[in-house]
Amino acid sequence: MSSTPMLTTTLENDLLELNPAGSWTAANVTTLERLTDAVARELDPSRTVRVNMRRVEELDTLGAWLLEKLSRRAASAGHAAEITGVAGNYSGLMQEVHQVNRHNPDPIPTPNPALARLGDLGRATVGAREDIAGFLEMLGSLFRALVGVLRKPRSLRLTSLVYQLYRVGWQAIPIMVLITFLIGAIIAQQGFFHFRKFGAESYTVDMVGILVLRELGVLIVAIMVAGRSGSAYTAELGSMKMREEIDALSTMGLNPAEVLIVPRIAALVIALPILTFIGSMAALYGGGLVAQFYGGMSPAIYVARLHEAISVTHFEVGILKAPFMALVIGIVSCSEGLRVQGSAESLGRQTTTSVVKSIFLVIVLDGLFAVFFASIGM
Amino acid sequence: MQQTPGPFAIRVRDLVVGFGRHVVIDHLSLDVRRGEILGLVGASGGGKSVLMRTIIGLIPKWGGEIEVVGKPTGATLDRTTENAADQWGILFQQGALFSSLTVRQNIQFPLRENLVMSQRLMDEIATAKLEMVGLAPEDGDKFPAELSGGMTKRVALARALALDPAIVFLDEPTSGLDPIAAGDFDALIKTLQLTLGLTVFMVTHDLASLNTVCDRVAALAGGKIVAVGPMRELLQSEHPWVRAYFHGKRSQMLQPQAS
Repeated sequence: MSSTPMLTTTLENDLLELNPAGSWTAANVTTLERLTDAVARELDPSRTVRVNMRRVEELDTLGAWLLEKLSRRAASAGHAAEITGVAGNYSGLMQEVHQVNRHNPDPIPTPNPALARLGDLGRATVGAREDIAGFLEMLGSLFRALVGVLRKPRSLRLTSLVYQLYRVGWQAIPIMVLITFLIGAIIAQQGFFHFRKFGAESYTVDMVGILVLRELGVLIVAIMVAGRSGSAYTAELGSMKMREEIDALSTMGLNPAEVLIVPRIAALVIALPILTFIGSMAALYGGGLVAQFYGGMSPAIYVARLHEAISVTHFEVGILKAPFMALVIGIVSCSEGLRVQGSAESLGRQTTTSVVKSIFLVIVLDGLFAVFFASIGM
Repeated sequence: MQQTPGPFAIRVRDLVVGFGRHVVIDHLSLDVRRGEILGLVGASGGGKSVLMRTIIGLIPKWGGEIEVVGKPTGATLDRTTENAADQWGILFQQGALFSSLTVRQNIQFPLRENLVMSQRLMDEIATAKLEMVGLAPEDGDKFPAELSGGMTKRVALARALALDPAIVFLDEPTSGLDPIAAGDFDALIKTLQLTLGLTVFMVTHDLASLNTVCDRVAALAGGKIVAVGPMRELLQSEHPWVRAYFHGKRSQMLQPQAS
């Protein structure tokens, strides 16, 4: 059905006749481009160029454009150029192609690479300022919405809050338990292995207890929540933004912060301490199992050692941090969600940013808390 | 394009399509002639888009045969056929432009994936297509999110035409456009059909475009084609749904110039 395209040339006196033949269609583009490139060089010396299309069997926009380009090149070199023998059904196409590509858009100037680098740096700096402003703005609108809720308790979206709590709290329990259990077990195993060298095995329990309750329990859970629920918040709000659902909410006189964001962040603030508690218990249990089967320490001794090593203060230090971390994760993920623009790519980018930024801020916050608790002697 | 035997671009025979226990298309037969513009009308939710998506293989068929330019096509429940992607271009209702690519890259996408050619030629072809659908070369650097509704449809059409397909499927091409833009778009489809020799399968509710650009109109009701023919014939059809569609209040204003 489609035959091999050909392009032969005959030179008579000053007249160069081009005879394209066969299928000049997109399917043969590789051959066509080679053929026309080869002929393009012959165009220059001849005075008159004629493209005779009598033997062209099939033609589409691509083929038509390549032939048009040949005649245009001849014409631009100051020669006379004409196209003849166009079959009736292709004349419309040839005319159409004759109109196109007449003026090229101004090429976008490529900036000096050093300046571009500098420009990126400047934009990033301004961007960082906007990030902080965005964070504070979200915090502010969250508090305003909260004040609104306090003034009119019925405006709290209880159903939504419970649903979010179910999603970020209840449904997260199995994975949180599994991961913190493993972390507790690994720390205990490392402790026994290394402390054994200088006969300090029993201090493993102290290490596991303090580390898990003060730092690791809350940190691991917060990072997991940022990855699991924070990203979901960003993606949800982002796609709602893309589909104008958030605009629809505001035009109905509702405050999107109150309807969408307060229940989500409140659910996180409630769920994270609970998850931290459950996670810490799972980690201690994991440590206990390792102590029994790897360290040869009976559960009774493990519990007794734990009792001596830790106090309520350690537990408080860990659990007090949880709601603040939840707040940071919630604010970052919601504000990144609202920054999503029209494209699918932007949704992906904001979701990544949301997770990276929340994890970073959680760790920074943890450091600040460490300084704070050290200075007040907790 | 011309050499393929047979006068029909699309032949649908005894097609049955459904979801769960619900039959949407019920033993439907329809022919689309080569080089014509066929408009498909039907009630909202009546299966127009389902029919189109079944022909292009996005929805599996339960039974029946579909031939596109002489080749059997259409996915069935247990297998997907190699579809004739180089034979058709599709304009989706919302444009379905790739949002992370510029307009120019969107148009070049089918070229880049299917053919081997130089970037320069690809740029020239993309610009040519842009101009053929009535946009400026400068629009090529925009992203889909920056386009208006009418421009989105034009770019989507340019992308659908990138490989010079024999058949173009249009899913409600003029919905959401103002009457002037819709009229321009209709004229554009007609012009392209004449210059490129396209076969156009158009799902539409726009009575004006049915009237002005469609060579034939097919009416889909109750899962079957109940009437097919030029607009004149459809206006005289006795089928109750077709009468209600073309002689309802909203269509009365079109009567004088239609008959």
